[in-house]
Amino acid sequence: MAKNKKPTFLSVFLNGLIFENPTFALMLGMCPTLAITIAGSNGLGMGLATTAVLVCSNLLISILRHVIPDKVRIPAFIVVIASFVTMIDLLLKAYIPALSASLGMYIPLIVVNCIIFARAESFAFKNPPLLSIADGLGMGLGFTAAITLLSVIREVLGTGKFFGVMVMPASYQPMAIMTQVPGGFVTLGILLILVNAISSLAKKKAAEKEVQA
Amino acid sequence: MNTYITILIGSLLVNNFVMNKFLGICPFLGVSKKFDTALGMGMAVTFVMTAASFVTWLVNTFLLLPFNLAYMQTIAYILVIAVLVQIVEMALKKLSPSLYQALGVYLPLITTNCAVLGVAILNTDEGYNLMESTFNGFCAALGFTLAMVLFACIREKLSLAKMPKWMDGFPGALITAGLMAIAFQGFGGLI
Repeated sequence: MAKNKKPTFLSVFLNGLIFENPTFALMLGMCPTLAITIAGSNGLGMGLATTAVLVCSNLLISILRHVIPDKVRIPAFIVVIASFVTMIDLLLKAYIPALSASLGMYIPLIVVNCIIFARAESFAFKNPPLLSIADGLGMGLGFTAAITLLSVIREVLGTGKFFGVMVMPASYQPMAIMTQVPGGFVTLGILLILVNAISSLAKKKAAEKEVQA
Repeated sequence: MNTYITILIGSLLVNNFVMNKFLGICPFLGVSKKFDTALGMGMAVTFVMTAASFVTWLVNTFLLLPFNLAYMQTIAYILVIAVLVQIVEMALKKLSPSLYQALGVYLPLITTNCAVLGVAILNTDEGYNLMESTFNGFCAALGFTLAMVLFACIREKLSLAKMPKWMDGFPGALITAGLMAIAFQGFGGLI
């Protein structure tokens, strides 16, 4: 992608969404990725909550990047992130109690989601606010897409349902292990193999094209 | 006494943080390539988790609850943990430079290990008293260390094996972890 071009809102956004997808390329934020992806609605809810925190914290840290001294930046990041997570936690409890109950302790644990921390450290602290919002949106939605995909696969195979609606024929015997712990590890492993395969094939194609041209 | 045995078996095996609750997956996958680093990380996390359980209980009982600040829990806990990790780092640097060297970069990373914040929140949710909280923190950390060390041993062997190209690295590690989790599910009936 545009490495030598000046970064724009769109290029930064797409970079987070696809090229440096936090789940499949950077392997960040593995705990929520594996823990809550047992139902499509969980994955979507967790992804959007994380996106909201990520955009807000990126924006604030980017605005404050000249004010925060380098030495105490880590505690400063933690306080900023923890405040936004607390807000989201309270909002979810008040307006979507069902989601809040099914995500449980994993909402406060967004604080220690390494995606948010990594983006604050490696992007928001060095870039202007608008680009940081783009980065937050791209990374957040990339994360949302990845964990929603994982949740849907596990939900359909494990319970025969898609976002709570039965989609498999009645004769389908649900594979209970998919919604349990081993299913999470193995499904993510298999998805990563596919991602590796696709990206290496795409690179090969691109290389062949260059040779021909 | 019974409570303590239940906590021990529960946190160590049945509800193992890595294998059952998906807490602490980042270091579990990240620093488990070698037995030594896995053990070192496990020991550092054990110390921080035990201390964090102790201190967060005090903070919750004597600061947050009396002043009706329960909604500040997340911020208060993560600050306590960050401070603890900093103290551990400084203490180790002064008292045992060799261990400090061995743990190196893994020390500051403990702050963002969700197992530490996770155990603090779990203790509060379960309503454990001071002794039970501390003991639960210690047992959960032992469980984390156990899973991590076992996984590191498997990966040391696995690195010698020939793997399909696309499966090398993370995908292979994840599938290995999945098989390990199936084994850990066998403990399910213990309590």
